[in-house]
Amino acid sequence: MAALVLIPVGTVISSFFAPASDIWQHLVETTLASLLVNTFWLVLGVASGTVLLGVSLAWFTAVCEFPGRKFFSWALLLPLAIPAYVTAFVALGLFDYTGPVQTTLRAWLGPELSWFPNVRGRMGVITVMILAFYPYVYLLARNAFLTQGRRSLEAAQSLGFNRTQGFLKVALPMARPWIAGGVMLALMETLADFGTVAVFNYDTFTTAIYKAWFGMFSLAAASQLASLLIVIVFAMIIVEQRFRSRMRYAETRQSGRVNRIPLTGWRSWLLVFFASGTLFLSFLLPVTQLGVWAADVFAQDFDQRYLEFLGHSLLLSSLAALLTCSVALLMVYAARRHPDPATHAAVRIATIGYALPGAVLAVGIFVPVAWLDNWLSELAMQFFNIETGLLIQGTLFTMLIAYITRFLAVSHSPIDSAMQRITGSIDEAAMGLGLNGWTMLRRVHLPILKGGIFTAAALVFVDVMKEMPITLMTRPFGWDTLAVRIFEMTSEGAWEQAALPAVALVLAGLLPIILLVRQTEK
Amino acid sequence: MNALLELRDIRHAYGKQVVVNDLSLTLRKGQIGCLLGPSGCGKTTVLRCIAGFEPISAGEILVNSVIVSNAGFCMPPERRHIGMVFQDYALFPHLTVAANIGFGLHRMQKTGRDSRIAELLQTVGLIDAAAKYPHELSGGQQQRVALARALAPRPDLLLLDEPFSNLDVTLRERLSLEVRDILKSQNATAMLVTHDQDEAFAIADEIGVMHRGEIQQWDTAYNLYHKPSNRFVANFIGQGVFLSGKILDPRHVEIELGILTGQFQHECKPDCQLCVKGHPVDVLIRPDDIVHDDTSPIQAAVVHKAFRGADILYTLRLPGGSTALSLVPSHHNHAIGEKIGIRLEADHVVAFSQSAS
Repeated sequence: MAALVLIPVGTVISSFFAPASDIWQHLVETTLASLLVNTFWLVLGVASGTVLLGVSLAWFTAVCEFPGRKFFSWALLLPLAIPAYVTAFVALGLFDYTGPVQTTLRAWLGPELSWFPNVRGRMGVITVMILAFYPYVYLLARNAFLTQGRRSLEAAQSLGFNRTQGFLKVALPMARPWIAGGVMLALMETLADFGTVAVFNYDTFTTAIYKAWFGMFSLAAASQLASLLIVIVFAMIIVEQRFRSRMRYAETRQSGRVNRIPLTGWRSWLLVFFASGTLFLSFLLPVTQLGVWAADVFAQDFDQRYLEFLGHSLLLSSLAALLTCSVALLMVYAARRHPDPATHAAVRIATIGYALPGAVLAVGIFVPVAWLDNWLSELAMQFFNIETGLLIQGTLFTMLIAYITRFLAVSHSPIDSAMQRITGSIDEAAMGLGLNGWTMLRRVHLPILKGGIFTAAALVFVDVMKEMPITLMTRPFGWDTLAVRIFEMTSEGAWEQAALPAVALVLAGLLPIILLVRQTEK
Repeated sequence: MNALLELRDIRHAYGKQVVVNDLSLTLRKGQIGCLLGPSGCGKTTVLRCIAGFEPISAGEILVNSVIVSNAGFCMPPERRHIGMVFQDYALFPHLTVAANIGFGLHRMQKTGRDSRIAELLQTVGLIDAAAKYPHELSGGQQQRVALARALAPRPDLLLLDEPFSNLDVTLRERLSLEVRDILKSQNATAMLVTHDQDEAFAIADEIGVMHRGEIQQWDTAYNLYHKPSNRFVANFIGQGVFLSGKILDPRHVEIELGILTGQFQHECKPDCQLCVKGHPVDVLIRPDDIVHDDTSPIQAAVVHKAFRGADILYTLRLPGGSTALSLVPSHHNHAIGEKIGIRLEADHVVAFSQSAS
């Protein structure tokens, strides 16, 4: 399984040392600098924005008491259900020059709207991504604050600090590893993102890889771009791991009753305004607009083709969920049976795939598959004298391999943590009661693992459904899914047509969020 | 009377549930007080009210004769100059041991701060651990860091919330004596909360037994054991059983094992109801009040035995059918069912009127 990850990574990295092609030369001269600058600002903007928004909301919902706090603490996770590229095209549709907002404003205030920010610019992309990705920071920071915020604040107060000082000197530094973890997640998504930047025509590595491949038909240039992106991503992984290792802070348990700081008067209303504003922009507004658009085009677009997209998406997602969970289950059992460093390392490597941007992975999978295909067809030619054509390229098989590689980590962690609950003594107790082999699996392991497997399958299912670049770049010709349809419609600026498939994605996306909310509410 | 801490009829409620009910106590400077009681009796809440983490709905709390809490006012914790050792220690995991201890010394010059940190590291015996992080320390070491951190700013009063509950039993005993020495050496006034009476006895000068949000008795350990003021205290502190008996006169009471002679636990006033001759009472008999004596005419059957090393705690069935406990040196080893001779040997009497609880 580790090989599954290593092959694409190896392919992509080795291409970095490959002789530079003309196209590559051309890319370096023309676009590389702007790609780097664009990526830099995007990362910086999203990082600072998600921290500001995520940490502040996390603090207020975890430690303070204000009207609607319970509602906001879970509702603020909802934006996770909307793929960033959906938020993106809704934002463009609403706020662009021809969109309803600017049109209305022009009607009221005259044709000059020079003060209105350019939605298509850098700030537009960054804002959309912040709104889409802040829940990662919010979720992790809130966890940290809930378990230790209040208590550490009391400790600081008993040592003569007021609340503000306590927050800055104790609660914030203590939560730093969690906050950093959340930011890293947000940044991984940012770097891997293809759909959002494509909608905004904001060139980053992922779009450049796509263009090099499908615009200039240069797989070499695409993989060289991919290798650069991989370097950036790995640099981030290393940073993340360093923070992760410091997370082993002595965890203080949550004390029975959490005393919240009651906020009253204008402060509480300001807070309610802040929280509901965030929720409105990041979730309610996009969902409402989607609904309106979808209703507009429902009559004409809800046809045989739409059902076909839906069917493809569902088929692909279920297959991927099934396969990925099986592989993850095998891995977890292997690690349990042979808990040696080699297995451990293999598992670590195999789950790194999640950090690989889909565009990179598509390239990394495609190159060896193409090579294998050629080899196979030559072989067939030589021995059986049959013209096989391309056997694996452009089949579901390639797609599924890519999905497994990318989403193995997603399914691995819930299954693994469920497995952690089956301690050695549980096995021994079961054996002591006369169970072994299959009976033990069926009567003991399966019931314990069931929840974990279900969560894993749901997560992978939704992730595959939303996944855009892998699907776009490795799908069989003409084999469209919902995400592909969204890409095609948005690239023509047909927001209304993109809304109907997006509604299906959002509905599916709500599933894991409900799971998550139920988990956090416990 | 220089009372450092004074609680006057304080009351605290969560919603309708009254957790602390008209509670009063006084602690003098340099004393170590303790609130002892079963879990859920409101003792931790009292501590948190003193620290300023909880408001009170009636009464007042004074520190050095200054009101810090009353019904409408709650001075913020950071202005009270009261230190606190939390049950889970609440050490700052991102800071070293030295930085944790120095955390509350932010108003001090650097040199003064460093010497104070060094002094406390010396006091709690953690000089070698100064540069370590909390998660690298054992439970007992973390506990000492928490203590040092709270002591560092020389608070007027130190509060300790179940400070030893996360430690194992052997460590608990040793550390509680050590903590008493540290507190006394720093001349600190402290208030401790615990459910463990051994711990309370080891550390505190005065102990308040709490039940249902009220203090049942505020006294020394000796008096709590030997002169409990009500049945709850008598039951909660130490072991023992109640045997019914009759008052003969203010120094004598008759039970089925014979006549007990000694000072009654309460002051006998002229109009005392309890000391009327013939008044039915329940008499508290501790395991050390009954001694083993082969020559004694009173024979009791062994129902249960618990070997404790130096002695054995026997549960005995008395001839009248009631049960009693007896602590006997362990070389007197008797089988269950065997009858052994016993005799009363007590120099004070704890009796409660049978009608009252």
